[in-house]
Amino acid sequence: MNSSLLFITLLCLTFFSYWFGVKRSLKIAGGAEHKKDLICLPEQFGLLTAMVCGLPALITLLIFNSVENTIIEQILATKLPANIQALSTIDLGLYLNNIHSIAASETIPNLIKSIENHSLNNTNLAEFEQLKAALTLKELYQQITWLKTSLVLVVATTSVIVLVRKFSITYKARQKSEAIIRTLLVASSGVAILTTLGIVISVLFESIQFFRSVPPAEFMFGTQWSPQTAMRVDQVGGSGSFGAVPLFAGTMLITFIAMLLAVPVGLMIAIYLSQYANTTLRRVAKPMLEVLAGIPTVVYGFFAALTVAPIIRSLGESFGLSVASESALAAGLVMGTMIIPFVSSLSEDAISAVPNSLKEASLGMGATKSETVIKVLLPAALPGIVGAILLAISRAIGETMIVVMAAGMAANLTANPLDSVTTVTVQIVTLLTGDQEFDSPKTLAAFALGLMLFVTTLGLNILALKVVRKYREQYD
Amino acid sequence: MTNLTNSSMDNKKMNDSTQLTITDKVALSLNKRHKKEKRFKVAGLIAVFFGFMLVLTLITDITVKALPAFHQHWVKIDIDYKSNWLNIDTNTTPELLAKQMQTANYRKVLRDSIYQMFSTESVKKLTRQEKRQLAKLFSTNAEFTVKDKLIAEPEQINKKVNVWVKLDDDVDSYLKEGFPLGEAGLRITQQQAKWIAKLNAEQRIVSRFNVSFFTASDSREPELAGIRGALTGTLLTMLVTIILSFPLGVAGAIYLEEFAPKNRWTDIIEININNLAAVPSIVFGLLGLAVIINIFELPRSAPLVGGIVLTLMTLPTIIIASRAAIKAVPPSLREAALGLGASKMQVTFSHVLPQAMPGIITGGIIGIAQALGETAPLLMIGMVAFIVDVPTSIVDSATVLPVQIFLWADSPERAFLAKTSAAILVLLTLLLVINITATILRSKFEKK
Repeated sequence: MNSSLLFITLLCLTFFSYWFGVKRSLKIAGGAEHKKDLICLPEQFGLLTAMVCGLPALITLLIFNSVENTIIEQILATKLPANIQALSTIDLGLYLNNIHSIAASETIPNLIKSIENHSLNNTNLAEFEQLKAALTLKELYQQITWLKTSLVLVVATTSVIVLVRKFSITYKARQKSEAIIRTLLVASSGVAILTTLGIVISVLFESIQFFRSVPPAEFMFGTQWSPQTAMRVDQVGGSGSFGAVPLFAGTMLITFIAMLLAVPVGLMIAIYLSQYANTTLRRVAKPMLEVLAGIPTVVYGFFAALTVAPIIRSLGESFGLSVASESALAAGLVMGTMIIPFVSSLSEDAISAVPNSLKEASLGMGATKSETVIKVLLPAALPGIVGAILLAISRAIGETMIVVMAAGMAANLTANPLDSVTTVTVQIVTLLTGDQEFDSPKTLAAFALGLMLFVTTLGLNILALKVVRKYREQYD
Repeated sequence: MTNLTNSSMDNKKMNDSTQLTITDKVALSLNKRHKKEKRFKVAGLIAVFFGFMLVLTLITDITVKALPAFHQHWVKIDIDYKSNWLNIDTNTTPELLAKQMQTANYRKVLRDSIYQMFSTESVKKLTRQEKRQLAKLFSTNAEFTVKDKLIAEPEQINKKVNVWVKLDDDVDSYLKEGFPLGEAGLRITQQQAKWIAKLNAEQRIVSRFNVSFFTASDSREPELAGIRGALTGTLLTMLVTIILSFPLGVAGAIYLEEFAPKNRWTDIIEININNLAAVPSIVFGLLGLAVIINIFELPRSAPLVGGIVLTLMTLPTIIIASRAAIKAVPPSLREAALGLGASKMQVTFSHVLPQAMPGIITGGIIGIAQALGETAPLLMIGMVAFIVDVPTSIVDSATVLPVQIFLWADSPERAFLAKTSAAILVLLTLLLVINITATILRSKFEKK
């Protein structure tokens, strides 16, 4: 039985256990009419039985699935002929891949048949060995699947039997099931912590490895970025240099352009919608902003690369300027568009959090609405707006698809928005897509960039939350 | 406002002698201030309409670009199923004949039939270059269409038959857009244009709805490429995401809101979740690559891994939304149930949770919609490969719709531009449907 079938069986078994637990508890009580004698409801007995059936078996299944491949490889390796076992890790890996693909394409009877053919003709020894190994692999898989199936089913049934034997009229089924549920709830809330830990550890670990081959100072302050490492020792221009300053500069340039568009427009939208607009306009404008916020970034990327960039280019050329086909301006403007709803909704929150008394006092003194907004509301809401802008910057820095599609690959160190620049996220994607070995500085560099990205966005976020919180305290 | 200005005017009249200077100043500056007010208001209005314009431009631009992808040109050609072209021996048993048909030389049949069609009275023999240009008019798939036709109707052998085949993508684009010849990116020669005009004059070319866009998977040939594989991949990935993220997120939110003691540990979890929501999505891709693929050795490019990464990414969104929904349930409800002797767990699951459901579902759907459009982390875990087969399980290699859009947007062929836009339209429609579902579900729950 394969894993998914086993999983479904387990699910059925769990449902059955529920029913079994209910029946069993009623029997102990002496029939449905004596159900009140039980200290807990029969359904609670059922729930406990179902959880005791499903959870340990599910954990067994998961553990088994995660280790079975390693075990099979280990056993297979010991059964290979000596000359194969002596191969280097890479060659052995290739050999094993080969065997896996043979095993995947053939059935066991077919393999046996071709092995028999071979032993009769005795033609190609290497192929014969491979077929034999594939057969062993297939058989191993079969055995291990049987082992897994029986183990999981045995765990499920024995735990139910052990539990059910303990059932009595005074058995505290509810308390026990609630304790299990509570553990599950705690574990679920811990997933977020585990995720953060996973991010920090994995990114940090790979970065430390990277910084072993490239000094951190060179990475942080170097101005040359060409991560192509040499395939051969004597290759020209393949030494690879990892100075990330052009990437940081490019990221900042595009973020700056984006903010130049998003902050004024987003802020004005927030002010207009909260202070001036009637309900009809607000009812239409809110979904418009939601649409703008809900469009996937890959769509923005497409729009930037195929619509905005050509327009900017032809516009620039009509003024006699030379514009790169992947200009920072195009990527920045589209990114700004993406961020407008973000800025406007956060600023609107900040503005509406300003106590009404301030606004009314200003209006009562004879100030116009715009004077009230500029001289009273905005200064009062400033910390909230600053927080919003910080969050927007963090978003822009981490944005990937727009820049991957619309900004360039070349690491130019320039402040000209019509030039092509590259960003941290673009380089992470370029370094990590496609096949390459995991330990080269080229792939590790992506993790170092990831670390920078993580630290920066986290810092901005914490700062923003702090600013917003401080300001809230002021008015609460 | 008008009252205010009126009264200040009245004041001015009454206290002419005493407050003349100040009220005068106010009156004098009023005009300017009102103009300023107007300018400010107009600026706000412009910003709002700028937003509308952006949405409109974006949608119109993509729709206009997408339209050509929904239909496709087919051409009727006269195929001569000559047995010697096919390299088939007709004097055998039907079984052997059927077998031969599987391996026959359909390329020759197609090519020679085409050459036959175009060699006119004046031009008896085509040059080699002309032949090559002619063959390029038709999709590479035409050969298989010709083959399928004969296998379906074996009695057509040695007969002349009309077969509909797809045109090549360059020809298709040329017919749709009517570009001047020699335009960059469109590779249609003068001679080819003449042939196309001839086919058109003979009414051999028709435009049909592009069914294969929805039924075919990715292909290097734009006229054959479709989104079925990517759509299936998206479906599988979303399935994994929903199954994992929804229960985990809701359970986490329930714990934090209902059970967690107010202590340092809870604070850490809270801060952590808030910060996790702001981590760039690509960092989750790095996590997936380093941990899920390299340490746990789950298969690359699989919807399972994609689903897990997207789950970790959407979890904070779902937890935050669910917490807000749970918090909004009035405490009186909990107290009433507790007072009647229900346990804390029973109160939570049978009273609080059903009340909080509309909010939780809306939050969950927002999270899922976010995951549906996500591309960057999936690039990291290898879901960016060129995959022709439709995935059948969550461990098969697959790609998703946003990644397919990314891949097609990168393709140099002109026809992929329309395909990309069409795929975007499909993605946006999906998102729209999901959001409408969320709204409907929410109102239904609220009525209860």
